[in-house]
Amino acid sequence: MRLSSLGYNIRQGFKNIWRNKMFSIASIATMAACIFLFGLFYAVTVNFGGMLKNAEKGVSVTVYFDNNATQDEIDDIGTAISKRPEVRSYKFVSADEAWSEFQKSYFGKHKDAADSFADDNPLKDMANYEIYLKDVSKQSALVSFLEKQAGVREVHQSAATARTLTDFNSLVQLISMSIVIILIAVAIFLINNTVTVGISVRREEIGIMKLIGAKDSFVRAPFIVEGVTIGLIGSVIPLVILYVMYGRIIRYVANRFNALSNMFAFAPVNSIFKVLIPVSLVLGVGIGYIGSRLTLKKHLHV
Amino acid sequence: MIELSHVSKTYEAGVKAHALKDVSLRIESGEFVFIVGDSGAGKSTLIKLLLKELTPTEGSIVVAGRDLNKMRHREIPEYRRKIGCVFQDYRLLKDRNVYENVAFAMRVTDASKKQIKRRVPQMLSRVGLASKYRSLPGHLSGGEQQRVAIARALVNHPKILLADEPTGNLDGHNTWEIMKLLNEINQDGTTVVVVTHDMEIVRAMNKRVITIYKGAVVSDEEELSS
Repeated sequence: MRLSSLGYNIRQGFKNIWRNKMFSIASIATMAACIFLFGLFYAVTVNFGGMLKNAEKGVSVTVYFDNNATQDEIDDIGTAISKRPEVRSYKFVSADEAWSEFQKSYFGKHKDAADSFADDNPLKDMANYEIYLKDVSKQSALVSFLEKQAGVREVHQSAATARTLTDFNSLVQLISMSIVIILIAVAIFLINNTVTVGISVRREEIGIMKLIGAKDSFVRAPFIVEGVTIGLIGSVIPLVILYVMYGRIIRYVANRFNALSNMFAFAPVNSIFKVLIPVSLVLGVGIGYIGSRLTLKKHLHV
Repeated sequence: MIELSHVSKTYEAGVKAHALKDVSLRIESGEFVFIVGDSGAGKSTLIKLLLKELTPTEGSIVVAGRDLNKMRHREIPEYRRKIGCVFQDYRLLKDRNVYENVAFAMRVTDASKKQIKRRVPQMLSRVGLASKYRSLPGHLSGGEQQRVAIARALVNHPKILLADEPTGNLDGHNTWEIMKLLNEINQDGTTVVVVTHDMEIVRAMNKRVITIYKGAVVSDEEELSS
């Protein structure tokens, strides 16, 4: 298509939008709501994921040995742990190290209180492996594996925390995906209606175009422009709103809830929008394009 | 140039109805031909078949060396650009002025701006509407609107001009003006096929006349005597 014809078709596409103002506004609003929610859930999921990773770092599994376990058995357990793919890191904590750590955290400044134990280590059976995971959701699998190993007396895990965090993250993702899918369907339906109205308004013109030798692509072009423009406007508006909102919210939370911002860092605006801008634009333009193409196929037979 | 061999067209809406029955005819390049007949005789079906809006139930149609039965969907636009068409109801875009209506026919063929700017004023002068290029169709008389339609039909240099009842909505004076214009176009080398039921103009023009009655060609005369 020539540049001048392209320009002509783009102008016709804009005219279509203007002629069907109400339908166009409804389509843009639905598209904007769809992209806005998508962006919102994306930001929440990314931040929650960050929070989860942060919390996961502190979640550990502790393996205690049988009283009569030999050094060889302990070493074998260590080797087995090192081979597990879900393990991020692990360390051996001897009975003495466990006692000294306990003294530090429980007696603190009152070191003299611990002196009464003299050389008698009350934690002499508490030598252990402390294991940190890459992915908290794999904790149960690791625990059942360790429990079967020879020389293992007990395995401690922070199962509830891990499961709650993982489940909550999955729930957020599931809800956000469902809402976004429903909204995409609504957006396609509305664009369909808008383009259908456009076609019925221009039916006579389309008939004339076909009679004087317009190619299918020429007849379709203004409607594709219409759908894509609606998609584009419908994705730019929520992106701007989200950009402004997100920056303000993280600044507000950082100022207002110091404790919370010390616990974990919000994902920076740039890292969120580096992904969100291209994905939203592709989503908006894609929905607009698909919506108008489906309508053309159904009503235009070109 | 235009050749129909044993063409039949049947519509099936509950009952079978023959719009055309075993029609065979040949129109040479550069001819001026009237196709006449009563309402429902099959004249408009014939035009639609020639424009490839319809496909014959039986028989073959060859136009400018192209067998329309073998033409693919994507080849139709290119074919239609070689055939200008004019209708009783003008079929102009009411929201665009005279210039835009004619330019529109060139735009759909992907013509350049330069070509459009050169060719459209020429065509408007040819049909005597150069001074009214800014007018909207609603502000023109029936005869003027039909001239715009003729300018639009001719702007892409078609080899054939099909006119379906071009004077059906016009008064006597405008009817003659349009027929005079069609005759001039024919004299410039364009094949002109006019479908009409107005026997007065047919007699006055002294051209070849093909008569269709109930879907069949019943006569084909070089000229109709008054």
